[in-house]
Parts: sequence; C-alpha cells; structure tokens
Amino acid sequence: MIGLQAQTAAPPLAADAAPIVEVRGLSKIYPGGVEALNDISLSFPEGELTTLLGPSGCGKTTLLKIIAGLLQPTGGEVRVRGRAVTGPGPERSFVFQDFALMPWATVIRNAAFGLELRGVPRSEREAVAEKYIASVGLKGFETKYPHELSGGMRQRVGLARALAVNADIVMMDEPFSAVDEQTRRQFQEDMLRLVAQERKTFLFVTHSIEEAVYVSNRIVLLSRRPSRVSEIIDVNLPRDSEPDQIRRHPAYLDTVEGIWQTLKRYLD
Amino acid sequence: MTPTTREFVPAAVPLGRPASSPHSLQTLASNPYALRIVSFAIVALAWEWAGRVPVSPSFPTFGETAAALFSMLADGSLPAAFANTLVPLAIGIALSSVVGVAIGVAMGLNEKVEWFGVPIFIVLQAAPLAALVPLLVLAYGIGVTTKVFVVCIMAMPVIVLNSFKAVRHTPHSLIEMGRSFMANRPQLIGKIILRSATPVIFAGLRLGTAAGFVGAILAELLVTPTGVGDIITYSQSTADYPRMYAAIAGVIIVSVLFIEGLGWVEQRFLRPEKRSAS
Repeated sequence: MIGLQAQTAAPPLAADAAPIVEVRGLSKIYPGGVEALNDISLSFPEGELTTLLGPSGCGKTTLLKIIAGLLQPTGGEVRVRGRAVTGPGPERSFVFQDFALMPWATVIRNAAFGLELRGVPRSEREAVAEKYIASVGLKGFETKYPHELSGGMRQRVGLARALAVNADIVMMDEPFSAVDEQTRRQFQEDMLRLVAQERKTFLFVTHSIEEAVYVSNRIVLLSRRPSRVSEIIDVNLPRDSEPDQIRRHPAYLDTVEGIWQTLKRYLD
Repeated sequence: MTPTTREFVPAAVPLGRPASSPHSLQTLASNPYALRIVSFAIVALAWEWAGRVPVSPSFPTFGETAAALFSMLADGSLPAAFANTLVPLAIGIALSSVVGVAIGVAMGLNEKVEWFGVPIFIVLQAAPLAALVPLLVLAYGIGVTTKVFVVCIMAMPVIVLNSFKAVRHTPHSLIEMGRSFMANRPQLIGKIILRSATPVIFAGLRLGTAAGFVGAILAELLVTPTGVGDIITYSQSTADYPRMYAAIAGVIIVSVLFIEGLGWVEQRFLRPEKRSAS
C-alpha cells in the first residue's frame, strides 16, 4: 500500500545513539508469588524502534508496563532521560493490545483524548487529532464510533491517540495481536513509514519473530519467566527496498532463523 | 432496538426481507412492531378467555376491564387518583435515584465504603420489605413521608447495587489507558468510569423505578388508601372487579411508559454510539 520511500537512510548503529530509557536491575514479583522479571538491565537508544520479543507469558508486557509507569516494579528502577520513573509521564504514550478505545466516543474524540485530558482546547486538539487520523489512514472516519470500525482500524485509532500527544517514546503492547494477518502486514508497513516520519523512540512488544525482524532496528530477546535478557540483536535491513523484497532478503531470513534457533531452547 | 441484521449484509435494508420472499409470515416476524403486537394480543386473548370461562367470579374479562379503564379515564377519576399516587412516587424515585446512584458509585470507587455499605443493601434487597411497612407507620405516621419511604426501600437497593457493580466493572484497560494519558482522579471518574458505567446504572434505574411503582401501590394498600390504591381497595370491597383490574392495568401502563421513557432519555443523551448504530 504505502511504500517506504519516506524512509531515512540507513539507521544509525544502536551503539551510537544515546539511551533514552534505561532499565536497571528490574524485577517484578506479582502478588501471589509469580516472578515475571528477574534482574533485567537494558537500555533503549533514542530514535530507534526496539522490539521486546519472547515466548508467551515471558513478562515482556510487564516490562513495557513498568517502563510506562502503569505497574510498579518490585525491585530496580527505570530512568527516562536520566529521571527515575514513578508513574506515567507526558513524554511516554502507550498503544494497548485490546485498543482501549472508549466505545461512547467518536474516532476523533478517542484520538484527541490524551490532549483532552491535558486541557487542550477543543478546536486545537481536534486539529491535531485530525492530522494523525489522516496519517494512520483513517481520514473520513472521524465521526464514526469504535464499534463501526474493524479491529485493524480500531488499532489505528489507538496509534493516532498515542501519536497525538507528541510523546518522545511510543510504547506498543502487541498492537497487532488482535488483528488479522493481511491487516497486520499493511499495518506493519504503515508503521515503518510513521516511525521514519515521526522520529520518535518506539518500544514494541510482540511474540511474532517475523514481525519483530520486519519492523525493528533492534530486538531484545527475553527468556522464559522469570524473564532475563537472552540476547540483543541489531537488525540491518535495506529499508529503502520494497516490502516484499525486504521479506525475501537474506538478512531478513537469516535473522528470523537465528532468532528461532535461540527461542527454540525455551520451548519444552 | 435494532433488528437482528447480520453485520456483513451490505445493503441498507434493516427491516424485513425482499418483497419477493414467499413467506409473508417471515416478513411480518422481522418487523419489530409486529411481534410485539402479536405478543400483546395473545395475552389479551388469553385474558379474555380466562375471564369468560370464568376461572374465578372475581376475574373480569379483558373487554370489561378495558371498558372500565376507559370510563375511569373519561370521568377523570383515574387521572385524579394518579395525581395523588404520583406525589410520593415521584419524590421517592427522585430521591432513590440521586441518593442511590451516589451511594452505589461511592461504593464502587472506594473499598471501605463498599465494605460498609454492601451488606446493608444486600440485606435490604433480600428482606420482605412489605413486612417493614407497619414499622414505618409507627415511626413516621400515615402521611406522605411513610409512603415516600416505602417507595425508597423498594427502589433503592437495586439502584445502589447496580451502580456499584457498574463502577466496579469498568474495563481495566480503559482505566489503564486513562492513567497512561495522565488523567487525574476526577477526570478518570468523570470521563471514563461514569461514562462506562452508564448503561448498567440505567438498567438499575429502570429496575428501581419498576420496584418503586410497586412500592407506591403497596404503600397505598398498607398505609392509607389514597390514589390508585384507594380505587383498588374500594372496587375490591364493592366487588367491582373490572374497575379494580383496570386500576392495576393503569399502574402497569404508566410504569412501563415511564421506564421506556427512561430508556429513551439514556439513548438520546448518554449513548451516542447507540444512536448512530440504528
């Protein structure tokens, strides 16, 4: 659908970019004794799309929600631009796995909701929301309600809402898991375009290896619960190629295979 | 009410099938009003039949009852009686709605209020409230106050418990969404929790209103015979059963109309997404 022409030149190497998010010695034990994370330390470079990848139930969503400030860690800390995280902040926004749209609100109100909560006047916030609704491909659907949209379209509203608050860090928790495969591919391509346009830091959680390799600059492989960092992989794909060429590129296929070989160890 | 059309039917034909359908019965059945009229007609016919058998000498036919209803409407006795009955009813329902929703929402938002309040309303909901009426008469006499109380104890528990459950069952992800976009507590309550709770709160209000109507008539039967309750007791004592049943039917009609009106208000003003769907 939308090509990758807008894509910037080859992404900088992960090591060159300054970390915007730092995770130090993070652990999380849920009430009841389930140990989700065990002493995780990680840093996320600015302006890149980093994916947290791991087997189901490995605590990747938990890690993302702790960085978002939605969950409190049992031990360790998260720093964003050097400041310790104690709760949600305006520099971070979140895209939810189940969309989390308000069924009683129109697309535009949902997309503008973050700005509404910040007290931005109506005409101003709707202008911003309109722009992002258009950029996620939903122009003309502003006055529709979520139940009138397909799953993929609903998640686009969720993405527009997260972009509209102009946060530096956009976190996405398995945003495509409730979406069918065709929509998912189209969505991945649109997302790459947005990542290039927006120059934000994206943290992305998925359990799909292909998806992780296709969209990321950098992949953090997590082990089974309690999660530890198993491996960090820099992905270098020819981003200026056509989508189907990328998906056939040896670097893409090799990375997918390599990750599969690693993850296999965590299967029973 | 939306008819049951499947989502993937593309054309905008919400009602009925194409006219070429050989089954005119099917066409009739897919008209939302036809089945309601049929259902009403069956009940009316069964009533008429039972009255003619007769199942009991004190059970009038549907025709007799309807005639009595119209004669009471014509001579103004029924509207006058309703004007009487509606005073404690309206006060009681208004009071139960405002106070009940407030208590229920408070219980939903705060666990301490919940632990304090829920047992009271569960007991009230389970208690045979009619048995409490003599107690209320002792405490508050035979005036309007007692009748308002009867309406309230009938209507309040279901309103409170529904509001409580509605607030408590706000989808977790919506609350998380609000928090992640930096909603403060009042915003979280006003813009997310209450809006999400609206449908179930209104379901409680409808049930509470129905119970309140029962309470208002109960009060007139058990405390002092006024209004519609007076017509019922008086007609019963003079064996004028059509009038008695007509008064009861009148209560049911007003109650149903009021509850439907409440549903309309909810859809019209608080559920924009339902409006656009129809």
